[in-house]
Order: sequence, then structure tokens, then C-alpha cells
Amino acid sequence: MWHNDFPALAALAARGITYLDSAATAQKPAALLLALQTYLSQGVANVHRAGYRLADEVTTAFEACRDEVATFIGAAQRDEIVFTRSATEAFNLLAYALEPQIQAGDELLLSPLEHHANLLPWQQLAARRSATLVWLPITASGHIDMTAASKLFNPRTKLLAVTQLSNVLGTVQPVRELCALAEQHGALSVVDGAQGIVHGTVDVRALGCDFYVFSAHKLYGPDGLGVLYGRHSLLSQLPPWQFGGEMVQQVSRASASFQAAPLRFEAGTPPISAVLALRASLAYLRALDRSAVAAHEAALLQHLKDGLDQRAGVRRLGDSDAALVSFVVDAVHHADLAQLLDEQGIAVRSGQHCAHPLMATLGVAGSTRVSLSLYSQDADLERFFTALDNALALLQEEPTP
Amino acid sequence: MSLPAAAQQVLNLLQQSPSFEGRNRALLQLGNQLPSFASERRNEQDLVHGCDSQVWLRCAQQGTALHFSASSDARLIRGLLACLLLRANGLTAAELAHVDWPDWLTQLGLKQQLSPSRANGLNAVVQRVLALSRAT
Repeated sequence: MWHNDFPALAALAARGITYLDSAATAQKPAALLLALQTYLSQGVANVHRAGYRLADEVTTAFEACRDEVATFIGAAQRDEIVFTRSATEAFNLLAYALEPQIQAGDELLLSPLEHHANLLPWQQLAARRSATLVWLPITASGHIDMTAASKLFNPRTKLLAVTQLSNVLGTVQPVRELCALAEQHGALSVVDGAQGIVHGTVDVRALGCDFYVFSAHKLYGPDGLGVLYGRHSLLSQLPPWQFGGEMVQQVSRASASFQAAPLRFEAGTPPISAVLALRASLAYLRALDRSAVAAHEAALLQHLKDGLDQRAGVRRLGDSDAALVSFVVDAVHHADLAQLLDEQGIAVRSGQHCAHPLMATLGVAGSTRVSLSLYSQDADLERFFTALDNALALLQEEPTP
Repeated sequence: MSLPAAAQQVLNLLQQSPSFEGRNRALLQLGNQLPSFASERRNEQDLVHGCDSQVWLRCAQQGTALHFSASSDARLIRGLLACLLLRANGLTAAELAHVDWPDWLTQLGLKQQLSPSRANGLNAVVQRVLALSRAT
């Protein structure tokens, strides 16, 4: 349906590669290629130093992306949007900028579903401030247990950091309810939207979160660019964490004063071409019928789950709600399966998916993850299942003595 | 330098079976011939980092000849390890230093398995084999 909008898919097909790893990074729409080609071939300029017309034009286009992002996620104001180098950098920014607000004995609430990007910055912050990480329990289906979660909030809870959509299990988390609990207890809320924003409409005000993070490259945009949304009343009070050009007002030999948010968090030359490319990707996505995309992805997910469930020895991890499924196979090592799928041109993710604590919680050494996108097709899944059957025919044979 | 007999056998087996199914069935069979040690004897010191599946590697000396053994839970990976260890075993450290590993895997039809970015970690295993041989 939409796969013709993604030129790389034809190139991959010509090489016999079936791409089912979009949760790692997504292929790019032609609109993005055109935007990059146009900007890079028509003359580049640095932003926010518009001493001449070209720089003014580029800055205007760059800042228009901030408006586009604000609209895309339902932010109240454009200056609630910070451009970072990655989603990981956005979490690190928060962990440093929020550090003065965290005291010894404070509690940071996390789920075991978190990607390392939304775990390690908080783990390190907790170590620096003698704070404690508290873990929200998950149910067998892979959802945060709200009954248990509600009992873990207390006056020491200072921060909640949770994923909207698990990158391993594909489970949608009760983020809105959790953010409401955080607000009631005076805790800040941080939502990892890296997967969630790709597979559903996001409205940060409806979610009620204080901060929302995503990366451009998973959202059919360029790599090297992350986005941090921060509620204006909070973001405007945070100190800068990296220092350099662009983010200053006045600099003397001994001291400096800094710009207001968001520019105070954008030290150095930002990834200008990536921001312009993201603007093109968002415009492409906005022009799509998002409900048709959601229906397409839901049908593919059902096809994937049904196909896996029909195969002997295959066990899905959790019960996915969206776009991706992880599974293990009895007596088959995920590394062996990965190798045989790769030999047959199937690109899927194998291993621990940057979520070691979750794999430990689930009691598995690793898994195979198949992830879908709006450009995935039933034929991709058919090729995957054929390759899976070929691989399992070999790996499930009794070893010869 | 002529090939060790076990290595010649590996070469014959894989060259006879170029198809997807044949090659991988041969690798699974070779996995059973891997000079191995029991999982109870695995320890942190022998763990080779950089493998998606966990691989433990040991080296013993008989005179000047080196003998490697490995342990892994992944069957196909054991076959790939056997391809390496059956080529290395019985050689001296000086002989091992002259083995052309990319050429060996190319002869086996497994060249792409040795890339440093591959999650199977075969390249890390080769590096560990060489480091262990230098330490003897």
C-alpha cells in the first residue's frame, strides 16, 4: 500500500532482503530524500546567526520543524520542543538537568520494560544522588500492573520514567494512568515514546506527562536526531547541561548567561539537515490516513501472532498490542535461529534488545524480534514464515549421535 | 604447511554440501565433534565477550602443541566453533600465528561469518585463540 513511498524497499527486495527490523530503525520515505537533496544541493547555512538571507531562510525552515513537531505531538507551545542528537541524549539531558531536584533517599520509579536508554541515565543519577530505583511490577502479559503500581507511589517518589510501548514485547503501557498518579504524588513523569509515537497518535497533553522523548529515525525520519518535549513551566526552569555556541546570551571571560529554553539545551550546531528531513517525514505522515495505517498494522500483527502460534515449540513473550513480537523456540538458541534467518535474507533482531533487566525478569537468555511498520506487507511475513520453517526443520531435528 | 587431518575432514564435509540445508546440517554435525567441556566447568575467565550466544574457550598445551576446547549452548555456533578449533588444534603457537583465517573460512564457504560486526562473535573467538596461543 505505502511501500512504494519507500525507495529502499525495492533495493532491498532486489538483494533478496526482507526487512522486519523497523523497531530498530525505519526505512525512509522519498519525501525525506527529496528534502535532504534539496537542502544540501541548494546551499547550506548555519542557523540562528542570520546575518544574511540564506541563513535566515535555513533558520526559518529549521524552526518550522519545531512547529511541525509541536503540532504532531499536541504540545501547547513550540518552545516546549528541544532537538537533541538522539533519544538517548534526551534522557541524559533530563538526568543531568533534573539532578539538583533529586535528594538522597528519593525514589525513582521505573518499569523492568525500559530500554537501557531510559534506564541507565536514571541508574547513574540515583548513584550520584544516593537515590533509589523502585521497580513497577509487570503482569504475565507484559503490562505494568496498575494495582501494584499505585501502591508504590509515596511522598519520596520524585520521578516516574516509563515506556509507552515496549520495544521487546510490543505491549502498550498504561502511561496516562501512571502519569496521573505521578502528578497526584508530586512526582515528575518522563515517557519514552521511541516506539509508541511510531504506532499511534500522540497527544502529550492528553497523556499528562511532563516530558516525552522520541527519536526521529524510528519515525521514518533521519538518524542523528532526537526530540525532547518538556512542559513549559518545567523545561524553562531547568539548567543547561552542555555548553558552547548557540545556547548563550552574553559571555565574558569569567561568566556567561544562557538563552531561554529550548535553545539553552541546543549547544553547538544542531543537526540542521536532519531537522529539515524530519519535517519532511512528519509532513508525509500527517498526509496519511493514520487510522488506515493503524488498521493495516493491526492486521499484520494478527497475521504474525497467528503464524507464530501455529508453529510447534514457538512461544511469544508477553502479548503484543502493537507492531512487534518477540519469541523464543523450545530447545533452539536464538543465535542459531538468527543465523539461519539471516542466511535466507530475513532481517530481524536477535538477542537482548538493549533490555537486559527485562530478559532477566522473563527468564530468557535472548529472543528473536520481528517488527513491523506501515510499509510492511503480508508477503514479508510469508517469506519470514517460510524461512522460519526452513530454519526450525534443521534446528529441531534430533542431534545425530 | 599441510592441513591437520581433522581440518581436512571439515573442508571435505563443507565442500560436499554447498546448499543452505546441506551446509547447515554439516555444521550441526560438526558441532557434535567440537572439542568441548561440560557446562559445569564454564567460568567467567573463559567467557569470550562479543558473542550473541555465550561462548567459553580454553587452551591446553601438550608439548608444544596447543589444544583448544569450547563450550556453547547454541548448536550451530558449536559447528562454527568446530570449524575454527579443528583447524587450530595440534598446531604450535608459531604455526597458529600463520593461519590465514579469512582464507580458511572462505574455503569453507563461511567467509561472511568472520566479520567483526557479526553478532556470532567468531571474530572475537579467533582473536581469543590467538591471544591464548601467544600467552603459552
